[in-house]
Formats: sequence, C-alpha cells, structure tokens
Amino acid sequence: MPKQPSFSLARLAIYATLILACAVYLVPLVVMLLTSFKTPDDIRTGNLLSIPDVFTLIGWVKAWDSIGGFFWNSVKITVPAVLISTLLGALNGYVLSMWRFRGSQLFFGLLLFGCFLPFQVVLLPASFTLGQFGLANTTGGLVLVHVVYGLAFTTLFFRNFYVSIPNALVSAARLDGAGFFTIFGRILLPMSIPTIMVCLIWQFTQIWNDFLFGVVFASGDSQPITVALNNLVNTSTGAKEYNVDMAAAMIAGLPTLLVYVFAGKYFLRGLTAGAVKG
Amino acid sequence: MATLELRNVNKTYGNGQADTLKNIELAIDSGEFLILVGPSGCGKSTLMNCIAGLEDISGGAILVDGQDISGMSPKDRDIAMVFQSYALYPTMSVRENIAFGLKIRKLPQAEIDAEVARVAKLLQIEHLLERKPAQMSGGQQQRVAMGRALARRPKIYLFDEPLSNLDAKLRVEMRTEIKLMHQRLKTTTVYVTHDQIEAMTLGDKVAVMKDGIIQQFGTPREIYNDPANLFVAGFMGSPPMNFIPLRLQRREGRLFGLLDSADGHCELPLGEVEEGLEGREVILGVRPEQVLVGAGSGALPGIRAEVQVLEPTGPDTLAFVEINQAKVCVRLAPDAAPRAGDSLELQFAPDKVLLFDAQSGERLGALGKARSPERLARVAQLKGR
Ligand SMILES: Nc1ncnc2c1ncn2[C@@H]1O[C@H](COP(=O)(O)OP(=O)(O)OP(=O)(O)O)[C@@H](O)[C@H]1O
Ligand SMILES: [Mg+2]
Repeated sequence: MPKQPSFSLARLAIYATLILACAVYLVPLVVMLLTSFKTPDDIRTGNLLSIPDVFTLIGWVKAWDSIGGFFWNSVKITVPAVLISTLLGALNGYVLSMWRFRGSQLFFGLLLFGCFLPFQVVLLPASFTLGQFGLANTTGGLVLVHVVYGLAFTTLFFRNFYVSIPNALVSAARLDGAGFFTIFGRILLPMSIPTIMVCLIWQFTQIWNDFLFGVVFASGDSQPITVALNNLVNTSTGAKEYNVDMAAAMIAGLPTLLVYVFAGKYFLRGLTAGAVKG
Repeated sequence: MATLELRNVNKTYGNGQADTLKNIELAIDSGEFLILVGPSGCGKSTLMNCIAGLEDISGGAILVDGQDISGMSPKDRDIAMVFQSYALYPTMSVRENIAFGLKIRKLPQAEIDAEVARVAKLLQIEHLLERKPAQMSGGQQQRVAMGRALARRPKIYLFDEPLSNLDAKLRVEMRTEIKLMHQRLKTTTVYVTHDQIEAMTLGDKVAVMKDGIIQQFGTPREIYNDPANLFVAGFMGSPPMNFIPLRLQRREGRLFGLLDSADGHCELPLGEVEEGLEGREVILGVRPEQVLVGAGSGALPGIRAEVQVLEPTGPDTLAFVEINQAKVCVRLAPDAAPRAGDSLELQFAPDKVLLFDAQSGERLGALGKARSPERLARVAQLKGR
C-alpha cells in the first residue's frame, strides 16, 4: 500500500469540516457548562461564551436542592423499567425466533406496530388501564407503561439477533437434555451481550428522557426529573437564574451522557452484529 | 447399543407442500452403521430430525429396541446427534461444550471430569479443552462436535454430514477415524452424506433417497452391483455408470441389443429377458470398469470406437468414446492407455450389463440371473407408489 501523504489540501479540508461540525454540536454544551458555573451577576454582565470571573458551584447546589429528589424518582422508574423490558424482550425474541408457533409471524407483525405508535395515542387507554389497576400516579404505574411501550422495541432487537443464530444450536441443546429456560439462560443469553447493551442504552435513553408519560401519569412527589426540570425552568418568580437552570439541565442529562460514554462502543457493535457474521 | 426400525414413516411440513418423507421403511441391527445418501433437499436431514425427535412425524412409527419412541421428547430418546454446522455453544469452552449434556443429566462432577478426559483422549483434543469454538479450525471443531456426542454413550448416534465442511484431505482422514471409532464402540449409527465414497466405505447398510422416498436399501455391494433403478445406478459410483440407449431385436427367440459407433457396430446377446420388451425404449447400464478393452475373450461380441478424450486421474486413465450417440466412459490402466483418436476394441460381458426401462427408470429383469423374491417384492413396493 502506498503511504498516505501526511499533509494535503484535501486532508485539511476534511479536518476543517469535521472540526466545524464538532464545534456546532459542542457550543451549546459549552455555553451550558460555562453558564452553570457563573454567578447571576456574571451572567448579566458577560456574554454567552465568556469565561466565568469566578467558578462557583452555587448554581449546581441550588439546582440539586430543587430537583435532586426527582432525580431519584427517575432512577426508581428507569432502572426497573429498563431491566424488565430488556429481559422480557429477550424472552419474546427467543420464543419468536426459536420456538415458532402457529401465527407467531402474525404476532410479531402486530407487535411491531408498537414501534410506530405515537405516544399520544396510548395516553387515554393507558391512563384508563392504570386507573383500573389502581396504579394511577404511582411509580409502579409509570414503570408498567414504560415496560409495555418498550417491549415492541426490545422484542424487535432480540428477535432480529436470534434469527441470525442457527436453529441447530437449540436442537443440540435439546438433545443434550436442556429445557426451555436452560437453553435461554445458559446458551442464548450469554451470546446476547451486544444486543443486551443496545437494549439497555436504547431503553435507558428513552425512559430517562421521557417527558410526556411522566407529566401525564405521575404527579407531585413522584414526578421524574424531566418534568421537575420543566417546572423549575418555567416557574419564574423573580429574576431568572440561568446558572441554576443550566446546572439542573446538566444534572438531568448527565446519566444518558454517561451511559453513552461507557457503553457506546457496545451500541455500535450491537447494531452491526449479524451484518458481519460469517 | 440398540436396533432401529422405521415403520412407514411420513412427514409433512404442512401448508400444502408435498410430503417431505414418504413411507420410509428401514431396519438396522444393533451396532450397524446405516448410511443415508441422496441429492440435496431429498429429506435426509428431515429424517434425522424425526429420529432425534426434533421434528414430529405425521405418520408411522420409530422403534428403538422394539419400543415406539415417536411420542417421546428428544431428551428422553437417548440419541446423540452431530450437526452439519457442528452447533457448538459459542460462549462455552470445549470442556464446557462436552460436559454440558452430562451436567444437565446431573452426573456427579468427578464422573463428568472423567468422561471429558476420556473423550478428549479418544479424539486427541486434550490440548484444546480450554479454547472457545471460534478459536479452532474446522477440523478441530468437528472433533469437538463429535466429542459432545460421544461423551453421552447414547443408544444411537446420528451424524448429519459431519465431514462436508472439511477440505478433501482432512475428510479422508476423518472418514477413517470414524470407521475406526465405530469398530471400537459398535454403537448403532445413522450417517448422512452425499459423498458416495463415504457411503461405500463406511456403511454396513446404505439407503438411497430421492424426493423423500427410499429408492433402495441394502448393503453397499448390493447398491453398487445390483441397483434397483436408473437413479440409484447413476448416483453411486465415480465416474458414474454409463447409460447407453438401446434398440432391441428378437431373433430366434433370443434378444439382441444393437450398438453403433462411428467405427462399427455389434449385436449384444441379452439372453432370456422378460417378454414384450421389443420396441420399448431400453437403457443399457455398464460401469466404466466393466467395459473390457482389447481382444480379451474372443467369445464376447465387440465394437470398435474412437477415443475422443482421455482423462488421466492418476491410478486410472478414463477414455471417452461415443456409442449410440451416448458418451461412454472406459476405465483403463494408465500404462495401457491409448492416445486420443485411437480406435479401441470394446467388449461387454453380457452378465455384467444392466437393463433399465427408459420411461420409468426401473431395472428390467436381470440378465440370466434370477432375481431374489425379496428384491422383486421391494421393487413392486416402490412401483406401487
Ligand atoms: N422447517 C421446514 N419447513 C418447511 N419445509 C422444510 C423445512 N425443513 C426442510 N424443509 C423442506 O424439506 C425438504 C427436505 O429438506 P432436508 O433439509 O431434509 O433435505 P436434505 O436431504 O437434508 O438436503 P441437504 O443435503 O441439502 O442437507 C426440502 O424440500 C426443504 O425445503
Ligand atoms: Mg441436510
């Protein structure tokens, strides 16, 4: 292979474009971070991109005081909903690919509709159902809604991964004497790490960032952080405290950011799994 | 060790498809090695899955040691199978792969360890025990797949084309090893292949399948020397049997077949053949090694034909001539080989050639040889379908 010249005009153009694109995406984040560390006076006098005169945490402390409790609400909603929907999705995908039954294709087709249903459509039936179950305005109810809504996606992910696995694997395990759950737990789940990561990231982002279900199905102290953030930013009694708003927004967005940073490589790997399998 | 018997087994996959397996009748003794051969899609894997219990049969019965197992679940049948794709558990090491079935059957750990060690030694994979399947070559994976089946000492082994993913050299090696292993263990085995050398060398019995029907079931010798129809005759043997379209003529109560080449012609006496054959289209079948070359025995009728192509294969040289507009392959010793364009004197031993009905492909009354009543009955059974 001929050695690439280390510098050329084309290369310069490419890097310039990339840096520009990065900047466009990063500027809002930089503005938020800078603002969150400023004092209110500093915000009024300086411009958006100016460096804070003194770095101060008062914005962050105040933000945490007002929405910290809701942060834990979100954790209590997101963690069980993500885990349950991923596990059930894996089980669904396993049945729909390895234990086909009469009408399973149709069943899968109908389930896929769930991926295209707009949130708004399910609001009324969901709230009616939650009311009937006595789950209205509870964390459990919100978990249930998220699990049901997420199932369509997690099932799709797992089914599409499992159809790429040869059926002979399951046949071999059956001859070895393994039953339904043994095959699932001992053979398929250990193979599914990339898909599990995709599901976890996808579901975590969806549920953590959800606003609509949170605002409709939770009230008062059980609201998730997205709703609390909205309330904080919109209730403007007195002067607008941009540093608090920005810090609160950062707190609300941090978990999804961290999930991507730590598990993002699995996300890409999982999405392309199957495509490159020999 | 166990006997295996299939009684009138049928299998449909439903939704309006034709039956995948039709009236399969087979029986093998304890310790026998049965080969299933046939072209792709003829239902070999389906039959294996039915025996293993991975697919339900739509009719008939499967008997092991005289007991009908067709209603049992796979794990209760005590049958081990080696899959064409090996189907090794990718996240488990070789040791775990082999031990998996034993663990599930709740054997004590010490016994499992001993069993894994025994199988690893037998297959010479002791140095691979801690590897994952992806870290091994095809041949090594094949051994592990075999090891997984051997660890269980089941009543019956099923092998579904276990060697088809290997290169030619390794395939020959593994073939010999499988034969050795079977001679040592003497476990009843069903083995699918579409390599007819494997079929001839490994099998105690061979069943030739086509379109879900058993065309012939017998020993390798029977299948090779006494094929029931054109399909079986053409399927077994390499290079395949020559098929020469033949016109028949009856003179003084005896039947003759007319052979023509560019260089000559001859009348092949066919002796006493079934009545009513004249005028029908008949195909003469003769294997390349059964065509005699040179003025061997003056008593046999001969025909001269020009060699069009020569194919030296090493141990033999194949010469191709044209008789009755059909290409005919003749197997010669390399040092006796002529040159292309030479004319050869060819002779056919009347008791070696076979006759087939061109329309139905069925074998016609053996030349001079009386057919066993059993064979006749089997042919009748096949014709009845
Ligand atoms: N699960 C299934 N559903 C419907 N039809 C099937 C199924 N499995 C196999 N068939 C059909 O049954 C027939 C026999 O298939 P089978 O796999 O038994 O062939 P085979 O003899 O093993 O071929 P090969 O030598 O290529 O492995 C084929 O026509 C195939 O299309
Ligand atoms: Mg097959």
